[in-house]
Amino acid sequence: MQTEEFISIETFCAYHGVEFAFINTLEEFGLLELPTINQTKCIPSVQLAHLEKIVRLHFDLDINMEGIEAIVHLLNRIENLQAEITALKNQLRLYEDI
Amino acid sequence: MEIIDYYKVLGLDKNAGEKEIKKAFRKLARKYHPDLNPSDKAAQKKFQQINEANEVLSDPEKRAKYDKYGKDWEHAEAFEKARQTQRQSGGGEGYRFSEGTSSEDFSDFFNSMFGGSRSADSARTVKFRGQDYHAELSLSLTDVYKTHKRTLTVNGKNIRISIPAGVDNGQAIKIKGHGGPGINGGPNGDLYITFSIANHSRFKRVGNDLFTTNELDLYKAVLGGEVIVDTLDGQVKLLLKPETQNGSKVKLKGKGFPVYKKEGEFGDLYVTWSVKIPGNLSEKQKALFEELSKLSS
Repeated sequence: MQTEEFISIETFCAYHGVEFAFINTLEEFGLLELPTINQTKCIPSVQLAHLEKIVRLHFDLDINMEGIEAIVHLLNRIENLQAEITALKNQLRLYEDI
Repeated sequence: MEIIDYYKVLGLDKNAGEKEIKKAFRKLARKYHPDLNPSDKAAQKKFQQINEANEVLSDPEKRAKYDKYGKDWEHAEAFEKARQTQRQSGGGEGYRFSEGTSSEDFSDFFNSMFGGSRSADSARTVKFRGQDYHAELSLSLTDVYKTHKRTLTVNGKNIRISIPAGVDNGQAIKIKGHGGPGINGGPNGDLYITFSIANHSRFKRVGNDLFTTNELDLYKAVLGGEVIVDTLDGQVKLLLKPETQNGSKVKLKGKGFPVYKKEGEFGDLYVTWSVKIPGNLSEKQKALFEELSKLSS
């Protein structure tokens, strides 16, 4: 992966006005994995939307870390179930008449 | 224009205090926040109403105006004209959901009454990605058999996109940066296009495999021989084995649907044989079938 696919945590924190400690806590809770590149903790750009969602849940809705953990888990389950439903619906189309 | 009862939206009575408004808002926001209700347009609409109600009721000035003129729109416009010389002041708490808030996110009622903008100090001044847009594109099965380009109009802008062969019904692709504009200088949101692929009259698709039914005359089914089968990629000649049963299947490897983003890879085509019983038999044909019947009993 190329370095431009990562954003330093400092940049993210400054951009979103959040404390570095908040990101550290997310990492401690296993909600984020932050690789270190050139001695700087970074976030992969593909995880940016996920992190922004967590920021919103915490700061906008006052949801604590335990709550965020549960929400993220349930949202992942919903996503998987939706993918499964779509696949099943597509299989059912085999029996549909035009 | 529909007059919105902001108190009803938040489930409050007219005498609700600041704390009650805040509490009701937080409770409903947690229930309907778009992050917690992905792809749920009804929840997003509800969240927008809740946000709008809070925007008005948590700001004493806006609330006073709403209480006074909310049910009498013509007077409110007159009130607004008189107010134009006065400096507006903001207040109250509002959620700045990163999937975008603009005047388009408020009702016509709100935009006319309050100018469609939030209080300047009503939210954290952070940069956020713009709103993600969602669109549905209806295509035929043959459209997605080959990679092709298509121009779409999204919110008045033309976007030329490449649609990869093998895209599935219900699948969504992300077009980066083509969503709503960022907030406070944040990046643009993304555009998600969900494909709705209509069933084909002859071919049914499950994953990368295609299924079709071919009619076969009785004599060919019994004696075997060459048959021509239609595929999405043209016709193929098959050697049919003798005594092929009605409802039996044959797999044509690699004649199915292209595998998404794997050039040159294809699923399989399953052909179900439907044996057609001959009709309008001549006397001679009937006699021969009777003879056959006697031979086999």
